[in-house]
Amino acid sequence: MTAATGIGARVLRTEDKRFLTGTGRYVDDLPLARATYAYFLRSPHAHAKITSIDISAAAKMPGVVNIFTGKDLVDAKVGGLICGWVVKDKHGQPHKAPAHPVMAVDTVRYVGDTVAMIVANSYDEAKDAAEAIKVDYDVKSATIDLATALDKGATEVHPEAPGNLIYDWEIGVKADVDAAFAKAAHVTKLDLVNNRLIPNAMEPRAAAAEYDKGTGNYTLWSTSQNPHVLRLILSAFVLGIPEHKLRVVAPDVGGGFGSKIFCYADETMVCWAASRVGRPIKWTAERSESFQTDCHGRDHVTHAELALDKDGKFLALKVETIANMGAYLSTFSTAVPTYLYATLLAGQYTTPLIYANVKAALTHTAPVDAYRGAGRPEATFVIESIVSKAAAEMKIDAAELRRMNFIPSTAFPYQTPVALQYDSGNYPPIIDEAMKIADYKGFEARRVEAKSRGKLRGIGFSSYIEACGLAPSQVVGSLGAGVGQWESAQIKFNPTGNVQVMTGAHSHGQGHETTFAQLIHDKLGVPMDQIEIVHGDTATTPFGMGTYGSRSLAVGGSAIVKATEKIIAKGKKVAAHLMEASVADVEFENGTFKVAGTDKSVPLAQVVFAAYVPHNYPHADTEPGMDENAFYDPANFVYPAGTQICELEIDPETGTTEIVAFTAIDDFGNIINPMIVEGQVHGGIVQGVGQALMEGAVYDKGTGQLISGSYMDYTMPRADNFPSFKLGYKTTPCPHNPLGVKGCGEAGAIASPAAVMNAIHNALAPIGVKHVEMPATPLNVWQSIQGAQRQAAE
Amino acid sequence: MTISVAMTVNGKAVSGKVEARTLLVQFLREHLGMTGTHVGCDTSQCGACVVHVDGKSVKSCTILAVQAEGAKVLTIEGLAESADKLHPMQEAFRENHALQCGFCTPGMVMSAIDMVKRHNYQLDEATVRRELEGNLCRCTGYHNIVKAILAAAPAMKSAGV
Repeated sequence: MTAATGIGARVLRTEDKRFLTGTGRYVDDLPLARATYAYFLRSPHAHAKITSIDISAAAKMPGVVNIFTGKDLVDAKVGGLICGWVVKDKHGQPHKAPAHPVMAVDTVRYVGDTVAMIVANSYDEAKDAAEAIKVDYDVKSATIDLATALDKGATEVHPEAPGNLIYDWEIGVKADVDAAFAKAAHVTKLDLVNNRLIPNAMEPRAAAAEYDKGTGNYTLWSTSQNPHVLRLILSAFVLGIPEHKLRVVAPDVGGGFGSKIFCYADETMVCWAASRVGRPIKWTAERSESFQTDCHGRDHVTHAELALDKDGKFLALKVETIANMGAYLSTFSTAVPTYLYATLLAGQYTTPLIYANVKAALTHTAPVDAYRGAGRPEATFVIESIVSKAAAEMKIDAAELRRMNFIPSTAFPYQTPVALQYDSGNYPPIIDEAMKIADYKGFEARRVEAKSRGKLRGIGFSSYIEACGLAPSQVVGSLGAGVGQWESAQIKFNPTGNVQVMTGAHSHGQGHETTFAQLIHDKLGVPMDQIEIVHGDTATTPFGMGTYGSRSLAVGGSAIVKATEKIIAKGKKVAAHLMEASVADVEFENGTFKVAGTDKSVPLAQVVFAAYVPHNYPHADTEPGMDENAFYDPANFVYPAGTQICELEIDPETGTTEIVAFTAIDDFGNIINPMIVEGQVHGGIVQGVGQALMEGAVYDKGTGQLISGSYMDYTMPRADNFPSFKLGYKTTPCPHNPLGVKGCGEAGAIASPAAVMNAIHNALAPIGVKHVEMPATPLNVWQSIQGAQRQAAE
Repeated sequence: MTISVAMTVNGKAVSGKVEARTLLVQFLREHLGMTGTHVGCDTSQCGACVVHVDGKSVKSCTILAVQAEGAKVLTIEGLAESADKLHPMQEAFRENHALQCGFCTPGMVMSAIDMVKRHNYQLDEATVRRELEGNLCRCTGYHNIVKAILAAAPAMKSAGV
């Protein structure tokens, strides 16, 4: 290897060229001969009985090829969409699992629920025909507000879930926690809402499918983060097409952030209908459709209490959360507010006792599932908000209170009271570095200076930890996961010495084609331009679990390393034969096999050639070919951690917040490509700041209409909302994976909402503002200021 | 009813029959098969579809194909001199890791070039950030896009493009 391109090098991305020249190939870009186009008619009501659907006029519209409704799926015995994670409630009972028909049969349950599929010769014709479909709805009252969804008398979303309760789940021993609270010198209480978000990957979801009558094979192109898992769900549960007869391809995918993990109705329909229509079908969501039908994220209502002793040591934490599931349980929805949330409530702290109770509720809104961070941002927001609030109440410096409660570096592996065992970490140097870069000492002077300009300046901390690198299969299996969470890799050398590496992970912006090539280059010495990373096609890659939960490098990269070890082991046998040496004496370094203590050597490329043209070859104990597979199942999660510091100014006249500085110091373990890691952190920070300051899915509480249903109404972060960020790293390598890596994809989004909101509270505390909910829009902040001033005047 | 439309795209004369409602981006993508220009929204907000029409950046989802009759259209596909010689803005995006999933990238690059020219190759960070109001990116947090545009401005000037 060379230092310029191996592990740790800032290597420019291989994939960039095609994206920069307009030759990327996303699902909507596929040219399919004789294609038809699908449009989906969606429910305009949050809750209604469908009394009739009349497609007769629409069927006669120009260009219409076929129209399908929920009844067609019932007749064809198509299964429902599934939730793949069984969470057991506090009595040991599995969660309620209401039916999730691919298209509505007699009831619609959210604005955007799928009612009919129109297939036509062009997209416009399909859309025109949809307007001619007559649906009679008997509109019912709807449950929209999460805080009251579990109240007596709330309209039920599904008869299978009485009172809209999916589960009432807990972790920890409540009596022990209550006893600790009884002895506390100080208790900090906090009510908060974790606002509902709409993921908004820039590429809208899309699907295309074709059916080959001759072979009975289906091909589905989908904007999926995990094509094998999508195929498994469609095959085993929904469509019944055998796995080997269904190829799922996720080509270039324009961002996912979790929203493209799940199995959706529309792609299911496109696949199913392809054989009925007899021509390829293409469908791409319009942005308004994405707003309505992509799985949303977050959406918790939480009450938390932190018990402290007189010095500020945390004694216990108690958390009660209601989590919104939406109208149907999406693929991984049940796990998000339980095993990805409550198990993180220890944060970076030694809090000895934790109790969390989570109630998952149905509402007549779009399904809610994993979104960048999934559960961990919600947990971090609870912990880091309540810690900063406690610091303010007890008049202890926010950094000092954190430091006083950090898990000491000598305590790893550290068993938390909420199931996880943190493998490694060293938190104090991280916060020290963050404070240094953010010039925390100089903050008071900056606050005073800002005040002279009429601005309220605030500073906020967020010290996060996350469990990612999903996940040890045995552990997640014991918690109810329906799948294992290993990853796969195949290294296939060609006779001429170049190499294709098939990964089960999927890149939709993360840069795997570069990072994974660096691993191969580093471990095997193959030049970067001789390496091709292949992903996203069930026909060409080994079964893989895909990309989510910051797992690609920690799990998928580890699988690649395992496969390189197999290549080296086999190569040594061949090299020993070629050099007439004993295998035990052969060493491998920088792409060359050598006999120890001699000048004999043979390059890997020559060994590969010998393996494919085995004229002079150790046939007795070695097969020809150089093609190795590996599967890697991690021993534990990985635990990235860090501290972010946000500094901002609020204009009290307008309520406008300007972020003036943002610092993030992270421990991601070893770093393969620092350029890519920085990019992940930048993007994550902005998504988290978006949640804190501007983003929020708003449904009308009466009608269930999605008010924030376009970019005109849902505020997306834009370039001028931010300063440049200051980043840094402190490294404790992960002790249990071969690369020592921890994962960086979600960290920015996990930590930043609390950093921003703590800074806002810090800025507004001097004028008496007690609490601002996210998103802290100018209106929201201005109203909080007005409220505090009114209260002060009374 | 269809209407004939003719224009120059990336230096080549093209023509086609479109519906009156056909947008320029649909003409590019669906009629010409030039899929480098993307569609990310339906309210002219995201900027993934930005192309140059007669030298000015335009959201191609916001004009009809027939409005571009006779115009010179430049898309992301026509920007690089050759496969090996990228436009300085493309090069700066690559050098500065200003793209991740690549979906907003064509529109970003086309907007950025127009921005640099309108400001006579002289830009500061605040101006770049403000000028990017018409382009959404969900991956990069804009940090590296801003860096790339600031780096590209002098490079474009010295390359004379």
